[in-house]
Amino acid sequence: MSEMKYTETHEWIKLEDDIAIIGITSHAQELLGDLVFVELPKPGSRFDVGQEFGVVESVKAASDVYAPVSGTIISVNSALDDNPSLINEDPEGKGWLVKIRLENPDDVQKLLSWDSYQQTMAEEH
Amino acid sequence: MTEKTPLYACHLAAHAKMVPFHGWEMPLHYGSQIDEHHAVRKHAGIFDVSHMTVLDILGPGGRAFLRKLLTSDIDKIPHMGRALYTCLCNELGGILDDLIVYQRSPDNYRLILNSATRNTDLAWIQSKAYGFSVNLHERPELAMIAIQGPEALNIALKVLSPAEADAVSTLNFFECVDVERRFFARTGYTGEDGLEIIVPKEEAKTLWDSLIEGGAKPCGLGARDTLRLEAGLMLYGQDMDTSTTPLESGLSFTIHWEPLERDFIGMGALLSQKREGVPRKMVGLVLDEGGILRAGQSVIIPGLPNGVITSGTWSPTLQKSIALARVPAATGTVASCEIRSKILPVRVVKPRFVKQGTVLI
Repeated sequence: MSEMKYTETHEWIKLEDDIAIIGITSHAQELLGDLVFVELPKPGSRFDVGQEFGVVESVKAASDVYAPVSGTIISVNSALDDNPSLINEDPEGKGWLVKIRLENPDDVQKLLSWDSYQQTMAEEH
Repeated sequence: MTEKTPLYACHLAAHAKMVPFHGWEMPLHYGSQIDEHHAVRKHAGIFDVSHMTVLDILGPGGRAFLRKLLTSDIDKIPHMGRALYTCLCNELGGILDDLIVYQRSPDNYRLILNSATRNTDLAWIQSKAYGFSVNLHERPELAMIAIQGPEALNIALKVLSPAEADAVSTLNFFECVDVERRFFARTGYTGEDGLEIIVPKEEAKTLWDSLIEGGAKPCGLGARDTLRLEAGLMLYGQDMDTSTTPLESGLSFTIHWEPLERDFIGMGALLSQKREGVPRKMVGLVLDEGGILRAGQSVIIPGLPNGVITSGTWSPTLQKSIALARVPAATGTVASCEIRSKILPVRVVKPRFVKQGTVLI
């Protein structure tokens, strides 16, 4: 299943078997503005659902990024070191942050569909 | 109830992200504040600064009044058509605002004051004018556009009328000139060359559009802040306020101590502070590794009390984070900052990072 899922904290997640690719949504990058610095974890580190695994910083503000699923980091997007603006240009493609190997496939059930994500954003305003 | 400048429709048409700014709806950026920043350093950008307060002080008592009111002695302005950057202080030497005063003629001075402090500034100035032969005229019917960057003057000269271009081409830095109902000054808030142009508000849109046609890029508040910080220019309300004196804010140069008889408002308090030793000073900070310095973060100095970052950002020209900070006067070149519970070393430098596109630090 490679459908996009979302969290209330503006992460997106794309699943390929037991590997999850994770990034921040277009809405999030728009709120933040030009991104200038990204702090990502080391491959091999493990995170629980909801645990903060990185930081994305724009000129305006710093924003924590939270693990939508439990698992171990298998790779990080090193292109973001020199070019954090990839997140602004292509937040749901080239601007991906990390790839996680899922520990618990059930974690996916708690994620939001696109419609539900849109709903939570509408309620925010 | 926020106010809108005469260029509000232009900003919307250009898809600006609008934000409330001290009672005004202002453009934060038009897509990318970093692109806008680079445009100013490399070419030219335009800013809607119509939210600022324009106050004309007319009458034969204007000169004597301003000599009392401001930390700078306007007697020292060498000729007509010349400006001065200065501070307005209270009796304790605390800064009420920073401003530029333009000497247009011996009985005609124009002050450009910050929009955030409009009400307190006007009330203060009004109260202190008692006994001086002056008329105070706020000019809300005027709009103001800044064009800044290495190409700013070239673009302006192409776009202005022959009479205006003629007058503007004679301006040196910090000089100003009136041409009919328009006012031109070679001043700015970016560290680049350029003009600040004041026009009747009905003319603002046409001027804005023609400057864009001439090649200038609309720039918002985001770029304005990163540009001024790189240039080491203070932001009132953030880098200084009534709890700080010019001596503690890197603004001693705005104070003219002689002649003592001038006795400008706050002089006594400032003299005392100077005599006793000024306890704090402004410095620049550079973070060479990744991360962003931000206002409010602590500056840790070995053997001394902590300082505090007053303004911090990521510098598009330097490609790293920079900040202005108020620290104990004895601070040397060694310091670190607490950023989101990590302690990172920073370089302490003079509070000015870029001058006309050249990196200084």
